[in-house]
Amino acid sequence: MGINRRDFLKLAGLLGLGGKAAFELVLPGEVEAAVAKTEAAGTRWALVVDMRKLTDKVAARCIEACHTLHNVPNFQEPPDPKLALSEDLKNRWQIKWIWTDIYEHAFVGFEQDHKWEKLQGMNFLLLCNHCDNPPCVRVCPTKATYRRPDGIVMMDMHRCIGCRFCMAGCPYAARSFNWRDPRPYIARINPDYPTREIGVVEKCLLCEERLALGQQPACVEASGGALIFGNLNDAGSPVRAALRAHYTIRRKPHLGTNPQVYYIV
Amino acid sequence: MLENAFVGTRRYFTLLAVLATLSAVGFLVYLKQLTFGLGITGMSRDVSWGFYIAQFTYLVGVAASAVMVVLPYYLHDYKAFGRVTILGEFLAVAAVSMCLLFIIVDLGRPDRLLNVIKYPTPNSVLFWDMIVLNGYLFLNIVCGWLVLEAERNQVPPPKWLKPLILLSIPWAPSIHTVTAFLYAGLPGRGYWLTAIMAPRFLSSAFASGPALLILLALLVRRYTKFDPGREQIQTLAKIVTYAILVNVFFFFCELFTVFYSRIPEHMDHFYYLFYGLQGKGWLVPWMWFSIVGMCIAALLMVSPRIRQNETTLALTCGLIVITTYIDKGLGLISGGFVPNPLHQVNEYIPTLPEIVITLGVWATGFLILTILYKVAVSVKEEIRA
Repeated sequence: MGINRRDFLKLAGLLGLGGKAAFELVLPGEVEAAVAKTEAAGTRWALVVDMRKLTDKVAARCIEACHTLHNVPNFQEPPDPKLALSEDLKNRWQIKWIWTDIYEHAFVGFEQDHKWEKLQGMNFLLLCNHCDNPPCVRVCPTKATYRRPDGIVMMDMHRCIGCRFCMAGCPYAARSFNWRDPRPYIARINPDYPTREIGVVEKCLLCEERLALGQQPACVEASGGALIFGNLNDAGSPVRAALRAHYTIRRKPHLGTNPQVYYIV
Repeated sequence: MLENAFVGTRRYFTLLAVLATLSAVGFLVYLKQLTFGLGITGMSRDVSWGFYIAQFTYLVGVAASAVMVVLPYYLHDYKAFGRVTILGEFLAVAAVSMCLLFIIVDLGRPDRLLNVIKYPTPNSVLFWDMIVLNGYLFLNIVCGWLVLEAERNQVPPPKWLKPLILLSIPWAPSIHTVTAFLYAGLPGRGYWLTAIMAPRFLSSAFASGPALLILLALLVRRYTKFDPGREQIQTLAKIVTYAILVNVFFFFCELFTVFYSRIPEHMDHFYYLFYGLQGKGWLVPWMWFSIVGMCIAALLMVSPRIRQNETTLALTCGLIVITTYIDKGLGLISGGFVPNPLHQVNEYIPTLPEIVITLGVWATGFLILTILYKVAVSVKEEIRA
C-alpha cells in the first residue's frame, strides 16, 4: 500500500516542526508549494519590464520615485556636502531597492554570443524578484522576512536581528543592509513612510503600502508604461496579456527560485 | 576546584592581565560599533559577512575537534588519552564561547538576539546552529568539569554522565556539519554550493584542532609540572596526519569538479582567490601560501622522523594551524562573496576596528582557556603529588 503525497505531508505535519524542518532540508520549498496550491485562486502579483520602452531616463524616474517615497538614503550624493563619502564607502554602504545594471551583470549565466550584441551593455531595471521559492525566506532565522500569500516577499524591520543570512541567500543581490544610520543621507524624509535604524536589512516590498490603497507600485506609475504590473492569477490582467504576447526572460530561473519579474527584450 | 584559578604564579596572572586588557580594548571598540553600526567594519553590500563570521567558522572546527581525544578514550578504551581528554574538552569550551561571541558581534541588532528563540524557525540553518552550539558548550562544560572533579576526588565519575559523554561524540561533527550547511545550501553562491563542504570542514577541523592541541600540550608540559605525555602527543600527531591528507585530497576533489566542468559560476571564485579577477585579488598570495603550505605540511607529517621529533612536529603543526586558518578564516567567506551574484568584483578588507574587536574576542576566549587549563593542570598536579 502506497502513501500519496498529501498523506505524506500530513504525516510530516504531525511530526511537528522537526519533521517539517527535516523535509525542508531534503526538498526545500516543497511543503510551501503543496500548501500554496489552495491559494492559486487568489492574487499573485508580478511585474513585467518592457525593455523596448525602458530608456535610461525612464529607469532613472522609476528609481527616483521609489527611493524618495521609501526614504532610501543617497550615499552617492548626500544632501549635505559635508557628509560626502569616499568612493569606497559610497560603494560599501549603498542601499538600493531598485537600480539599473547592464545585461551581462543582470543575466549572469545567460550570456549570449555576439549575435545578441543589442543586449550587451543594455541597462536593465533590477529589483527584488519576489520569488515564489525565495531563498532569503528559507534562511531567515526569525521569520523577519516572509512570503505573503499574494507573493510579496515582506520584511519586518522590527524583528530583523541583522544577521544578513538573507543577503547571502539572495542570488540577485536585491538586499541592502544599514551599515550606519541612514537618516542624514535622506534628502527629504517622507513622513508617511518609516525610516530605518542601524543594523537591519531592507529591500523592495513591491509598494505593499500603496497596493493596500488600491494604487500601483510607485515605479510602475513613474514608468509611463515601461513597467506592467498585475495579478498573475487573473487571465485578464495586463501582466498576463504581456506574457502571452511576448517572449520574456527572467533572472537566473535555473536556480529554481521562480522569480516574478519578467523582461520583454 | 575553581579555587585553583585564583592562585598561581606571577606568570599566570600576567597572562590573565594581558588577555583581560586586550579583551577590554576590544569591548571598547565594540561599543563604538554598537553606536555607529557595522559600518566601522570593511563589510559591504556585496561582502555582507567578513572577519567575524570567518573566525566563527574556523573556531567551530577547533571546538568540534575535541571529539578526536574524547572518542578514542571512551569508544576504543584508549587509556592513554585519559590524560588529555580534559584539555580537548576545555579547548572546546573556549572555542565555542568565542563562536558565540563572534556571532553576537556580527549581528546588526544584538539587542534582538532572543528573537531567534522567540520566533523559532526550523527551516533556517542558523536556528539549528544555535541549538547545536549551545548544546555542545553545555555538554563539554558538564562532561569536562565532572570528570575532572571525580578524578580529583579519586572516585569514578557519576554514572549518569556516561550517556552525556557518548552524546557529545556525534554532537561534535554535527556542529561543524551544521555550520557548513549555513553556506552549502545557498543557490546563488557557486563557491559554497558544494556537497563536499561539510566533509572539507571536518577534515580541516580534525587537522587544525588536534594540531593546536599538540601545541597547547607542549606549552603545558613546558610551563607546568603536568606532562600530557609523549605517547598522547604522538597519537594526536597521527590523527593530524590523516586529517590533513584527507583535507588536501578533498580540496583537489573540489578543484576537479569545478575546473573540469568549467561552469563559470563555480570557477570564478577560485580564479578570484588564486589569480585575481578583473584586476583585483589581494588574497592571492595568502591563498597560495595556504594551499602550498598545507600540502608541504601534509607531506612532512607523513615522515615518521619529522613527526617523532617534537620540535619539527611543533613547527609543522604551527604551519597546519596557520594554513587551515587562512583557508577558512580569510578565503572561505571572501571567496564566496566575490564576485557577487552580478559578477562584479568588490573586495573585502577588514578594517582596524574590526581587527581590534576580533582580537578582543580571541583574547576573551584565551582568557577562558587559560583559567580552565589552570584548573585542570592544578588538579592533575595535585593527583600526582
